[in-house]
Amino acid sequence: MSLTYEEVVAKYEPVLGLEVHVELNTNSKMFCGCSTIFGAEPNTQTCPVCLALPGALPTVNEKAIESTIKIGLALNCSIAPFSRFARKNYFYPDMPKNFQISQYDEPICVNGYVDVEIETDEGPKVFRIEVERVHMEEDTGKSLHVGGATGRIHGAEYSLLDYNRAGIPLVEIVTKIVPGTGKYAPEVAKAYVAELRDILRSLGVSDVKMEQGSLRCDANVSLRLIGSDVLGTRSETKNVNSLRSVERAIRGEMIRHAERLNNGERVVQETRHFQEDTGLTRSGRSKEQAEDYRYFPEPDLVPVAPDAAWIEQLRAALPERPSIHRKRLQEQWAVPDKEMSAMINADVLDVVEATVALGADPAKARSWWLGEISRIANEKDVAIKNLPISATDVAEIVALVNAGELTDKLARQVVEGVIAGEGKPSAVIAIRGIKVVNDDSALMAAIERACSGQPETAQKVRDGHLPAAGALIGMVMKDTKGQADAAKVRALLLAHLGQSEG
Amino acid sequence: MIRNSASEMASKLASGEITSVALTQAHLDQISAVDKDVHAFLHVDTEGALAQAAAVDAKRKSGEKLSPLAGVPLALKDVMTQKGIPTTCGSKILEGWRPPYDSTVVVNLKKNDIVILGKTNMDEFAMGSSTENSAYGPTHNPWDLTRIPGGSGGGSAAALAAFEAPLAIGTDTGGSIRQPAAVTGTVGVKPTYGGVSRYGLVAFSSSLDQAGPCARTVLDAALLHEAIAGHDPKDSTSINAPVPAVVAAAKAGNVKGMKIGVVKELNGDGYQKGVRARFEESLELLAAAGAEIVEVSAPNFEYALAAYYLIAPSECSSNLARFDAMRYGLRVGDNDGASAESVMNLTREVGFGREVKRRIILGTYALSSGYYDAYYGSAQKVRTLITQDFNKAFEKADVLVSPTCPTTAFKIGEKANDPLAMYLNDIATIPVNMAGIGGMSLPSGVAEEDGLPVGFQIMSPVMKDDRMYSVGAALEAALLSKWGAPLLSTIPALAGSK
Amino acid sequence: MTSLSRDDVAKLAGLARIEMSDEELVALSNEFTVILDAVARVQEVASADVPATSHPLPLRNVFRPDVVIPSLSPADALSGAPAQEEQRFRVPQILGEE
Ligand SMILES: [Zn+2]
Repeated sequence: MSLTYEEVVAKYEPVLGLEVHVELNTNSKMFCGCSTIFGAEPNTQTCPVCLALPGALPTVNEKAIESTIKIGLALNCSIAPFSRFARKNYFYPDMPKNFQISQYDEPICVNGYVDVEIETDEGPKVFRIEVERVHMEEDTGKSLHVGGATGRIHGAEYSLLDYNRAGIPLVEIVTKIVPGTGKYAPEVAKAYVAELRDILRSLGVSDVKMEQGSLRCDANVSLRLIGSDVLGTRSETKNVNSLRSVERAIRGEMIRHAERLNNGERVVQETRHFQEDTGLTRSGRSKEQAEDYRYFPEPDLVPVAPDAAWIEQLRAALPERPSIHRKRLQEQWAVPDKEMSAMINADVLDVVEATVALGADPAKARSWWLGEISRIANEKDVAIKNLPISATDVAEIVALVNAGELTDKLARQVVEGVIAGEGKPSAVIAIRGIKVVNDDSALMAAIERACSGQPETAQKVRDGHLPAAGALIGMVMKDTKGQADAAKVRALLLAHLGQSEG
Repeated sequence: MIRNSASEMASKLASGEITSVALTQAHLDQISAVDKDVHAFLHVDTEGALAQAAAVDAKRKSGEKLSPLAGVPLALKDVMTQKGIPTTCGSKILEGWRPPYDSTVVVNLKKNDIVILGKTNMDEFAMGSSTENSAYGPTHNPWDLTRIPGGSGGGSAAALAAFEAPLAIGTDTGGSIRQPAAVTGTVGVKPTYGGVSRYGLVAFSSSLDQAGPCARTVLDAALLHEAIAGHDPKDSTSINAPVPAVVAAAKAGNVKGMKIGVVKELNGDGYQKGVRARFEESLELLAAAGAEIVEVSAPNFEYALAAYYLIAPSECSSNLARFDAMRYGLRVGDNDGASAESVMNLTREVGFGREVKRRIILGTYALSSGYYDAYYGSAQKVRTLITQDFNKAFEKADVLVSPTCPTTAFKIGEKANDPLAMYLNDIATIPVNMAGIGGMSLPSGVAEEDGLPVGFQIMSPVMKDDRMYSVGAALEAALLSKWGAPLLSTIPALAGSK
Repeated sequence: MTSLSRDDVAKLAGLARIEMSDEELVALSNEFTVILDAVARVQEVASADVPATSHPLPLRNVFRPDVVIPSLSPADALSGAPAQEEQRFRVPQILGEE
């Protein structure tokens, strides 16, 4: 029996639990000095520690601790005066020690919350997501499955392991159970992950690239009959790798659970994998027989007991919360909601802000980034951030236009040139020989040529029929290959023909 | 030449009377002559040792200022990594593995120009008290080749007693330096936990393991102690403080006015008659040297053994998980279609010996959900109680003393099938590891009934390691003047020995 | 008296990834009856008011600065590998989740 989403939420209440893993952007790994640069040749960023060679010992990266505390503070957590690392024991070939150094019953940050606002039928509404804990751990290596058709693990003949990612610092942010979101559950979850991403980015602690796996979400979903206070059995959907997928995965799981429950079947407590192509989840490992991780305090490391002064120093240096920051910018720039959303969706808010900070008018900065530059990015199918044009370039171009040294049309050519890699705006202008024609004698010659070329049109203008001037202006512009300032041409032309703007 | 103490060798090297190459060669010759019977070594690095010796001689010739032990040879327990040199930990699972890095202890040895002769035999992954658990066959006690040399560091201790090396490195998790020292008539020191870096020491039980010096005299042990000790940023549990002045203490050997506490619970029933007699005699000698002997009680020590056999197996079950046939070491059962999991299972079955498996399973149980609090959790509480007992005892005494082991060396094979009887060997040494304090064993003579060496244990508070050297040196001097010659001069000659 | 059945030991051996013959399982199960009795003595004094000691020294906050130090060469990293291919550790097929 197939159910619609509306039917599901009419009968059941979803309860969520979200676990987000964030790779920190430290220079070195969590427990050793190996580099963390993405995309290096296999096993070039490994050492006795992260390969778990016999005798090697971990040492804690101070920056990772600091980043984790910052995250905790930004999520309104208490920072534990005493916390410890623990070993989580299980065997897996991508995990060299066959235990993961993590935190168990003594995490570094506890009891926080994140408020997210979403649009509901009754208007904007704030949902509070309570954060249970933020703790530190380490990433695993990467396996490449060889043989078999799909490159997947099933059917592979053997696997090849690269431990460059083993030991990259990870922070896990775990929510308490999230009830009360009703039919908005998928959107709330998406908004939460988006808000986390923005907060983490503003803290500068992670690249937060979901597509590269530096931000990953595991979504726990269970259903209960509306009005019931008994929790249902949950499923855990692993490694959901985009904001849209968070929403789709939760929606899909809600429907799947409801169908089973309606059919009188049991929901199995298990790990599931989200499949981008179908939007459905596929069964993974059953968690009915919970793995016994045999946690115990990591004897090779000593407790972390951050002193209050350090915490307060970090708290004082926290950046403005992104959602508040956005509201403030919107007010300052007097931008309508729709434009604001457009900038956020296009991921240009930061760069527009930077351009404005360099002196550009907010409207102009916005229109360049959201207009011409976005268009080129779409055309080239690359992210705007990866185009070789900076806020400084755009600010410079805006200034040149304001000074009358570039027309809008010429400015577009300069933007094109910068993106094509021809250099900074000044270099592009020099190379392409772009310059506004503002030598009046040259312009006057062109105007005279136009008037003598179309004497009848010129006469109309002389007779006071100003709209006719357009055709003559067009000829002048063509004559000067677009390098003249159209407004100036118009003024000179009208003066030449004994007229002036009404 | 090989029967000298390390410090005597060092002065002959310094004066130019001998060269390091000649000294090293003499030890290599002794190894060739006697190790077929003793089996102290798992690997002898003839070339490397001679090259290192030649380099030291060259440095000395050029007038470079050298460290006190420069040019003196040493035997390294096979649990320490040395770049390019096989490191097996006495286990099949690491057969043929050559580490790509040096342990910090080895870095320090090389820095001090101490010549590394090779790697010594041990109970597999340091689990045992007899060196019978080595996958490469037992080491024999040079006092009586039918007997065990103690364990886990039986190879290092036997190498000293057989004059195959004047110095050795051991590691001590529950007595693996001190108990072999006791049963071979040598000196072994477990420094304060954190005093010597564990980086490159293949972990058995991380919160208990400690590397330390093994030698034939207290001063030699002190010289080696200073060479290997000190803060290491690669070991988070390493103490960031100056190394206690152990050499000065060993040279002075002064116990006048010191209070020496006899631990009531580490004596009496269960201790061999001859062991007790030697212990009493040593106490009299120390009193005669000006120390005040007091009695202290440590009621919780009786739980130390039980706690140890929970904590050490728990940590080892996790530490030894990395031996999984994926990245190094043995791989068994990698046939067509075999899974990684089955290869892990088969490799660990074949690669680990019986005692190691027993402890891994015991530790897995002690940490498993539902049993953690009853076993591992309770053991950690006992650890607190033992530390409290020590703290109270150290209020009354500057150092504590006891026999190192309840008995002298037993016969090879005698306790092989009785793990509990075997574990009892460590009853007097384990409390020291539980509290992280320092402990030393030095020879106090032989037991009358069997003529085998007896060890005297000295325990000192955290980072007061110099105290045990003061007492050790004083007792050593008193015994020497009583005997007229070192105890090891009475050891029966080995066939072929130089 | 605490004891571990043959099946209990088999389960632990599975967790510890050690293949064991039936004979070995039975032998260990017998030994554990004795060993567990001995080690269970810790419970006699481990009352609730006694704090646990997981580490012998009261050290805190031992950190390393976030500085990259040279890694092993790939040749050294892979020097002990039982099998390798394309500068990666070659391992038998991994069963289980993706
Ligand atoms: Zn590394």
